[in-house]
Amino acid sequence: MSCALLLLLTSLALAMGTGAAVEIQRPRGVPQSKRQFYEENKPFTCLDGSSTIPFDRVNDDYCDCRDGSDEPGTAACPNGSFHCSNAGFRPAFIPSSRINDGICDCCDTTDEYNSGATCQNTCREMGRKERESLQIMAEITKEGFLLKQQLIHEAKRGQEDKQVRSGGKVEALRTVKETAEDPEKGAKERHLKSWEEQKELIRMEKDKTRMAEAFLELDDDSDGYVSVAELQSHLELDPDSDGSLTETETQVRCLLFLPLKSREDFYHTSKLQGCKLVPPTVQTPEKRGDDELSMPPYDTETQSLIDGAYSHLNLEKEIGFDFGPSAEFAYLYSQCYELSTSEYIYRLCPFNRVSQKPKFGGSETNLGLWGQWAGPEDNLYSMMKYDHGQGCWQGPNRSTTVKLTCGKETVVTSTSEPSRCEYLMEFTTPAVCQEPASLDEVLHGHTEL
Amino acid sequence: YDPECSQYVLLCANRTSLKPGQSPYRALLETLELTNTKLTLQLINDNNKVRLLLELYRLQGNMTRVKINELKPLKPRFEVPDVLINDPPTEPLSLLSQDENGVVLSLGADSQWLIVSAKPFRLDIMEGREVLLSLNSRGLLAFEHLRIRKDTDAVKCFVALLTALANGLKRTSTPFSLLFPFSFSPALSIGLHEDGMWEETFKSHTDNKPNGPSSISLDFSLPGVEHVYGIPEHADSLKLKTTDGGDPYRLFNLDVFQYELFNPMALYGAIPVMLSHSAQRTMGIFWLNAAETWVDISSNTGSSETPQTDVRWISESGIIDVFIMLGPTPTDVFSQYASLTGTQAFPPLSALAYHQCRWNYNDQEDVAAVDQGFDEHDIPYDFIWLDIEHTDGKRYFTWDPHKFPQPKDMLQGLMDKRRKMVTIVDPHIKVDSSYKIHNEIRSKGFYVKNKDGGDYEGWCWPGNSGYPDFTNPEMRAWWASMFAYDQYAGSMENMYTWNDMNEPSVFNGPEVTMHKDALHGNWENRDLHNLYGLYVQMATAEGLIERSGGVERPFVLTRAFFAGSQRYGAVWTGDNTAEWEHLKISIPMCLSLGLVGVSFCGADVGGFFKSPSTELLVRWYQTGAYQPFFRAHAHLDTPRREPWLFGPENTALIREAVRQRYALLPYWYQLFYHAHHSGQPVMRPLWVEYPQDTATFSMDDQFLLGRDLLVHPVTEEGGRGVTAYLPGKGEVWFDVHTFQKHNGAQNLYIPVTISSIPVFQRGGSIIPRKARVRRSSSCMEHDPYTLFVALSPKRFAQGELYIDDGHTFNFDKQKQFIHRRLSFANKALSSRNLAPGSQFITPSWIEKIVILGASKPSKATLKTPDGKENLLEFEFDASMSVLTLRKPGVNAGVDWTVVLQ
Repeated sequence: MSCALLLLLTSLALAMGTGAAVEIQRPRGVPQSKRQFYEENKPFTCLDGSSTIPFDRVNDDYCDCRDGSDEPGTAACPNGSFHCSNAGFRPAFIPSSRINDGICDCCDTTDEYNSGATCQNTCREMGRKERESLQIMAEITKEGFLLKQQLIHEAKRGQEDKQVRSGGKVEALRTVKETAEDPEKGAKERHLKSWEEQKELIRMEKDKTRMAEAFLELDDDSDGYVSVAELQSHLELDPDSDGSLTETETQVRCLLFLPLKSREDFYHTSKLQGCKLVPPTVQTPEKRGDDELSMPPYDTETQSLIDGAYSHLNLEKEIGFDFGPSAEFAYLYSQCYELSTSEYIYRLCPFNRVSQKPKFGGSETNLGLWGQWAGPEDNLYSMMKYDHGQGCWQGPNRSTTVKLTCGKETVVTSTSEPSRCEYLMEFTTPAVCQEPASLDEVLHGHTEL
Repeated sequence: YDPECSQYVLLCANRTSLKPGQSPYRALLETLELTNTKLTLQLINDNNKVRLLLELYRLQGNMTRVKINELKPLKPRFEVPDVLINDPPTEPLSLLSQDENGVVLSLGADSQWLIVSAKPFRLDIMEGREVLLSLNSRGLLAFEHLRIRKDTDAVKCFVALLTALANGLKRTSTPFSLLFPFSFSPALSIGLHEDGMWEETFKSHTDNKPNGPSSISLDFSLPGVEHVYGIPEHADSLKLKTTDGGDPYRLFNLDVFQYELFNPMALYGAIPVMLSHSAQRTMGIFWLNAAETWVDISSNTGSSETPQTDVRWISESGIIDVFIMLGPTPTDVFSQYASLTGTQAFPPLSALAYHQCRWNYNDQEDVAAVDQGFDEHDIPYDFIWLDIEHTDGKRYFTWDPHKFPQPKDMLQGLMDKRRKMVTIVDPHIKVDSSYKIHNEIRSKGFYVKNKDGGDYEGWCWPGNSGYPDFTNPEMRAWWASMFAYDQYAGSMENMYTWNDMNEPSVFNGPEVTMHKDALHGNWENRDLHNLYGLYVQMATAEGLIERSGGVERPFVLTRAFFAGSQRYGAVWTGDNTAEWEHLKISIPMCLSLGLVGVSFCGADVGGFFKSPSTELLVRWYQTGAYQPFFRAHAHLDTPRREPWLFGPENTALIREAVRQRYALLPYWYQLFYHAHHSGQPVMRPLWVEYPQDTATFSMDDQFLLGRDLLVHPVTEEGGRGVTAYLPGKGEVWFDVHTFQKHNGAQNLYIPVTISSIPVFQRGGSIIPRKARVRRSSSCMEHDPYTLFVALSPKRFAQGELYIDDGHTFNFDKQKQFIHRRLSFANKALSSRNLAPGSQFITPSWIEKIVILGASKPSKATLKTPDGKENLLEFEFDASMSVLTLRKPGVNAGVDWTVVLQ
């Protein structure tokens, strides 16, 4: 990207330097490159060759050519396009439906020649701004690329260290290990899934337990129901602190007994039995350790092989990741980066997980575990995908796409949730900075304008 | 013998046991009084001696009004205000004959009579020797008179009866008697231990009934009728089904979660208007009652007798006030109903374009990105919508300060692109002493009250909420004033309003709505429940009009509605689901609404709940583009579905569907002008235009737009073809995509691809389009027109062109519009003024004329009023018989003629 931008920047600067170009007469909306096809006073042949019309029907506000080529300067053809030169900025094509629609699309105002719209020529200003931002980008790219070289260098050294430590047998061992692990992969995934489900169950049970405890506390006469009267006797529940619980307030309390999602259910189905809450049936939750997934053990044979080869667990893991063509992303491994918004703290731990924690209390939500590189084919390392995060009510598991852009610093710049439970995170790192274009290329590029 | 109890027996047992001739009501002919405007007569229930007062009116425009109230009610019974646009003008009734059995009255022309039979009481409306319609012919007139509460034997009797009935009638989930007019869902537990007359319980809710039982009922028989329609809103077929052995159609505005299809259950709105149709006559029954209402339909179809449909209406309270619209044509019935409740509001042109909605567009950046997305993918749109999350904690009239810190910047950005926004304003108000709206409503005493006189509170999106009493005109005036630019901070003239949840929705109320014993002034919610939504939209629309000083037409979308709601804006079919069956049902649901005045109807494109397959989404866009209100919407929990998220091919398909809508906007606008002007529906069942073609009577998989476009959406997954019925013997229809001509009166199999749905233009019509589709309808305002002239087999065609400024009331107040008759006859196409008293200047001109079914002329000459004649160039496609006249160039507002030689 930066290469193309730099090229443009330089060429724009050069164009400015030589002063304003001489305006060449040509039919409205025709780019310089097609001017030869529009010869005044000669019959015009539609660019698709479909028919030939007198020249006075070019730009006469009636569409004669199927390809729209006879009306480059009017809105008559549904498939036409209009060329604005935008001297001082960058030439552009717009759909001809935007000609004289009352909206200024071309910075040189040429698209609104008959609509009454008052457009200002903003090309110079836009050109200046673009050059400025391109300049900044160019500097960032330049420095970022230098940083990237260092990262590559460091990664290489780290790699060599590890190679040495593992006695150069890494490749061979990796093959052995992967073969051995293959049948386990499925089991691992199944395990992961059932673990997620179990976690959800445990969470629900915990909720239930909490509810049950509160329930028992409120059920003064231990008849298995919490009546309005019982609720009203608990003034600590009084929301407006006026010393009494109205019936409405009591009902509200009732609602609060339900877990949030059941409450939404209730809103629509009125499942709640008024204020007579049926006491939740509680099964004693099984004892569990922390909520982290513990991997199923490898079989002894493989394990011993692995143990022999890898003295350090991280080493095994690290080698299993794709850290980019020159391992330039390796430095991100085992790091975490945070972004704080008004409500949440977002945390990106590259090659590991993305999570979200409410600022004012509450538990952390897993927004996805490392999945894979997910950029387009020609730029695979521009995007990371984290998936299989915590499940959403009636929805998918949470997932996060991380967009990487070139920057001097490694930092999360923004997060959003464009679709429910699908997060988007923007992240800058020198590791994606491309080599800046050389002066030669820039000068070469100039001939294209 | 207990007169009280016997009445209950009558009422309780009504549905199955009561036979014609058993009505206990008798007309007391000696009380008959005939004035210039009405006939009055007392009725007596011979079982309990309670007297009723019958009033009969002959109304202008071939209608009869029948009003029945208690002669001396203990206190006034509710009569629905604000729905009729005026006191309907009457015509004199004349007494033709009278004897001890009854009286015969003349209904004026057409040898129509009204016969009042005394014992038992019954009304028959006759034309010649034929009975058009009978009232109380099955003896189901019932009137629970108001009474003083006492624990009598009658009560015990009643309770015993209830018990018996409840045991016997558990096979359905609906009430069977007037005494169960509350909702009788399977979950219902009747408080049999209590006095059900004066108090009922539903789940945990208790309904106090200080006025006791007060329901009313009447039956109507329609000889010769097999098809009845209307009484929306139900997710059901266009032709109403018989309810024998099943649930009646229920009219009670409710916020229904994931509604079921082909079901008579109540939904968000209620219009108590039924149309009957046969090859001979179309009629209508308008039951003006805003309480919970049930409609039973039975029919003898299938037997050897003359067909007959019997209908019974039951309402929980109020009076019997019924308007019988005698047609005889569908058009007549539409005009008659419009003369009572008014016509469709004429929307701003842009509201007929495409709307992009989602719960929710997250923030200003999101709005800007979606707006930009439409431009990048060259898809037009006019409105982007913000659902509840845009507010500061569901406090309507406010903005979330983090997500929408600069609403005016956002609105200005849209305005710069000639686009608009809708924000949601729901009627539940957060109870929060730091919220200005709440404080003002509370201090002015404008909230609905609970039975004890305190402010009624319920649970809704914001948590604890109050519900403004929109039945109070002062409240409505205050509400309207809140839309002023200086009151609604951050609003601008390109921001319009959406009223959702106005049934009203009360999450913790009985059936998710307001308690029936809540008080609106002196009246219970029970009496006027179905009116609440209408009043919310009325007040909001008034607010939008006022903020512009009465200049601009408002645009307000509502979910709840009642008879008359058409005057205030658009409705949509609520929270549907992304399933093929829901796409299908959108057709009969909007057709039913159109028949009873509400033309501006649409369903959420794509389906609200769940996520549509790409194919369903594309098909829904293609269908929605040909339905009146065209808005995509999606639930918060569904993945994003802006049109460009499904690959370039599908983006192109959706773009094409939306572009077809925009090109046709001149025709849509003209149809809405007519809906506004004369009450004719925009989207019509085929039988409306082909009333004698019985093949069309049950059709609801295709429809007409106006008279001239026939649309057959593809609503089957993987559909490769549809069988469309093209009506009209001797008529022809032209495929609008290929210009292929087809004969009428046939079932035609049309192969389809994913690229479009079948649409046909009627031979004999002229449809104006704008071929230059731009990014919003406003951008197309001054663009030229292309006229599509589809010739009938007799080489004739007629159409119209309507133009005004597209957004103000000047068309009405200052007659600033162009309305022209376009006609093709004798090889000449001409444009003549239909509204000589009006004036409007348009820069638009006639760009192109496409004549379908034409032959090749030797020349084409354009004649303009200045006497000039110009030869027009043309192209002729012999294979399709399509003649295209190049660039007439004449202004769209003047007289002109094109002569073909």
